[in-house]
Formats: sequence, structure tokens, C-alpha cells
Amino acid sequence: MNAFSFEGLRVFLSRRSADIADLALQHLAVVLVSLAIATVIGVGIGLLVWNRPVPRTVSLTAAAVALTIPSLALLALLSPVLGLGWAPSVVALVFYSMLPIIRNTVVGLREVPAHMVEAARGMGMTRTRVLLRIQLPLAWPIVITGIRVAAQLTIGIAAIAAYVAGPGLGLYIFKGLSSLGSANALNYALTGTVCVVLLALVVDAAFVVIARLSTARGLRV
Amino acid sequence: MSESRTAGTTTGPADSRGGAAIELRDVTKAYPGQPRAAVENFSMQIRPGELVMFVGPSGCGKTTTMKMVNRIIEPTSGSITIDGRDVLSLDPDELRRHIGYVIQQIGLFPHMTIAENIAVVPNLLKWSKARTDARVEELLHTVQLDPGQFAGRYPRQLSGGQQQRIGVARALAADPPVMLMDEPFGATDPITREKLQAEFLRLQSEIGKTIIFVTHDFDEAVRLGDRIAVLSERSQIEQFDTPAAILSAPANDYVASFIGRGAALKRLALVPVTAVTLGPPSSVPTTATVPHDATLRDALDLLVVLGGERVDVADSTGRVLGSLTHQDFSAAIGQAASHGTV
Repeated sequence: MNAFSFEGLRVFLSRRSADIADLALQHLAVVLVSLAIATVIGVGIGLLVWNRPVPRTVSLTAAAVALTIPSLALLALLSPVLGLGWAPSVVALVFYSMLPIIRNTVVGLREVPAHMVEAARGMGMTRTRVLLRIQLPLAWPIVITGIRVAAQLTIGIAAIAAYVAGPGLGLYIFKGLSSLGSANALNYALTGTVCVVLLALVVDAAFVVIARLSTARGLRV
Repeated sequence: MSESRTAGTTTGPADSRGGAAIELRDVTKAYPGQPRAAVENFSMQIRPGELVMFVGPSGCGKTTTMKMVNRIIEPTSGSITIDGRDVLSLDPDELRRHIGYVIQQIGLFPHMTIAENIAVVPNLLKWSKARTDARVEELLHTVQLDPGQFAGRYPRQLSGGQQQRIGVARALAADPPVMLMDEPFGATDPITREKLQAEFLRLQSEIGKTIIFVTHDFDEAVRLGDRIAVLSERSQIEQFDTPAAILSAPANDYVASFIGRGAALKRLALVPVTAVTLGPPSSVPTTATVPHDATLRDALDLLVVLGGERVDVADSTGRVLGSLTHQDFSAAIGQAASHGTV
């Protein structure tokens, strides 16, 4: 078994820098695409169920149960249907994003003070308009926190998507796993893992900025 | 007194004047699973331009009654008409766009600027931007906040009193003939409240809306109302009359207990000094002088503080018009005071 050396890692990184950057971008892309889809679906479900006790409980419970399915198992189930590559990866990531996004949407909408909703209704706003123009903007800081949690969750899970030939840094982690004992096994696994962590940190920092910019000015503290 | 507020039909721009008549007939609200109705057979006729105060203890149904007019709460039975039109047959959202609504918590939208908050109803009514902008500016002037300074601000940058003024401006935005106000000044400190009340009276004298104003503060009701409805449980009307009439002749013990002590003093606060025949001015120049727009209560206050025999009344130029003695105060309310609740 080859011993780990920093010199070896340095050579490994310099030879594969373009490859690594490419994988990191793929990883980011699959996460962002999934988040965008998950936000539309999750916020949509939240808007539909926030004020209906039974659908609310059902969707929150379902999303919570979904999160307990091991990602490998889900990908194994999806790939016979959706094949390999992006499709099963995106579906899986959307699936795991549901709980934080739906839950925070529901919580955010419910936390808008009742008197504000009453003032809006009392001025003749329709229910839909109150929901979209008053409640959603007021709930947005909480909703975006849910999306941020989903981002952290999916960056990690996206690494597993390499199992079904999905895009991203998971490729290196699986390469390392499958070539244990070879010269570069540890370098592959280490590079994949560290890059995933770094990506997570960068995305989290970006969310601080996104949250601020997408929150109505009057709500910014 | 109250006439001076309702009779002034000449001031203000023509388009923003005047209210609509409101009639509630046998209105009942019963919640399922509750033994007694929250509001039972409530009937009342409110004249155009009248400011009617609903006064009663917490939970008496006064707010529920008011909220049935704009159908925030749907009546179980009965009918409500505004200018003869049955509100229960109208689309509730459309109805509400033509009824001003002010609540105690104000409910300004924190994510919208002051201008955007005021423009909510004009936008719902699809006014042009130019018309809306002009109206926002006009209303900010009306509530005495400089548009240049306040239009672009957010609610959290305003004091409580300023926010409440914006709440009133927002309710007036589309010039509704009817306003519903649910303890609008209840959450403000006493000094701010008094200022807001004075401004509100001045405003109402210009715009002459038909207003239902809910409060649990009888003094506020006396100060603002053209007529006061004293309500007890299930929104039963114990007495519905002018402040002066209620103060001088409470219909029953319930109303009397609601008035509390000092009914005579409260009545003096309703009478301007110019309403009584003034005696000759004091022979010696005195410091006890009240302006001609003061009330008898102000004059009595001064008299008590200074301990003199009479208090002079001066016009705006300082010329003394006449004077008041202790007897004048008694005479002003004497007739009614003999009914003996004081």
C-alpha cells in the first residue's frame, strides 16, 4: 500500500486541476438546477397546504419520511426508470430538498401576524393576492433559510449521485473507493471530499448575499 | 357641539365629501357550538357623514358587529345596507375596496414603502399611476406628514403615531364613503392619542365620512362621537344618542356605570365657552383668560386653579368678549344635572 505524501497530492492536483474545476462546476450546476426546481415545487406545495391542516401534515410527514430513505437506495430505485446521469441525480436532489423548503414555507406563511392578513383582506385584497403579495414576501427570509438548508443537504447528497453516473465531485470519491490500494486512491477520495466541503462553504456564503438581496428592503434589519 | 361637526357641509374638495347611510337590521352572528349568539338582533340606522362610536366592555360583540359591515365576519342572519345597497349580495373583495378599514395594530405592510402602503387600494382599483401618486401625496399632506420625507420610507422607520396616521391615510386612499375603525388609537400613549384624536376630528370635519368607530374608552367616545352606542353583551344597544344626551340622561344603570364619575365635567368638555351667554368682563385686568375656542371645562379648570370669581373669554386678537362665573357653569348643564346621576 502506498503511503500518503503531500508531494504526491500536489502532483495529483496540478495534473488534474482542469478536471477538478470541471467536476466542481458540474457539481454546482446539478445542485443549483435541483434547488431551482425544488424551490418552485416546495414553495408551491407550501402555499397550497399552509392553512389546511390535513394536507399540511401529510406533505410535511411525507417529506420527512422521504429524507430517511438512504440516498444510495433511492438512486438505485430511480436509475432503472430514469437511466443514468443527470436525470436520476436531479430527481433525487429535488426529493431530498422538499422537507426544509416546504416546512420553512409553511412556518413562514403561518408566522405572518394575523392582523396584517386581516388588514389586507379588509382592504379588498383577494386571498391569492394576500398570499403572494403580503404573506410570501414577509415569509421570504424564513423560506430562503429553508432553501439554504436544502443547498447544504444536496451538495453532500450530490456526491453520491456519481453512483448512477451523475455529474460532480462524487466521481473522485467513488474512484478513490473503487481503487483502494492504488497509488492515487486516497488522493482521489481526499480531493473529492475536500472540494465538496469547500463548495458547500462557498454556496453557504453566497446564500447570505442572496438572502439579503432577495428580501424586501423594508424587512432588512 | 356635535352639530358643529356634522353640519359643516361646505368645506373640503367636493369629491371627498360626504358619506353613505348605513343600516343594520336584525343582524345576528352566532358561532356554531356556542350557546349564545355573539351579536343578537342588532339594528341601527346611521346617517350619512355621521361618526358613530360603539362603546362597550371587551367581548361585548362591538368589534364583531363592526366587522360584519365589511364582511370580515359574515352575519348569520339579518341585513346590512350601505346607501340602500345590500352588502351581503356584493362581492366581498369589491365591497371592501370601498370601505376604509383601520385596525388597532395598524397592519402597515413592513415590506412596502409608505407610498406603496397607501396605494394598496388604488392599485386594486386599477387607478393610473399618475392618479395614485397624486392621491398619495395629497393624503400625506392631509395627515400632516411631508411626502418628500415620508413617501419612500418603510413603516419601521416611523413612530407609532406616524404609523397610525398612515393607517388612516391608507384607509382613506380610494375616498370610501364609509370607514370602519377598530380602536385605532388604542395602542398609542395618552399624549399621542390625544393628538391623533384632535387631528382625526379636524380631518373628519373636512371629509365628513360615515364612520363606525369602536372603542372601550368612554371618554374617547364622548370626545369624538356624533352619537354613541353603549353596548352590552351580545351587542345589545343600551343607549344610542348624542354624547351630551347620554351624559345628562343615561338610560339605565349599565350606561351610568359606563360613564363613570364626573359626568358633569365630561359634559362641560363638550360645550364651547361661546355657547353660553357671557357676563360682563371682569372690572380688573385678570390673568384668568381663556381663548374663545376653549370649552367650559377648560374655563372651569382655570377658574379652579386660579381661585378667582370669574374667568374672561378672549377672541383670537386678545380682546375680552365677556366672562364666566361659577353660576354660568352650573346653568349650562343645570337643566340636565337635576336628573341626578352625578
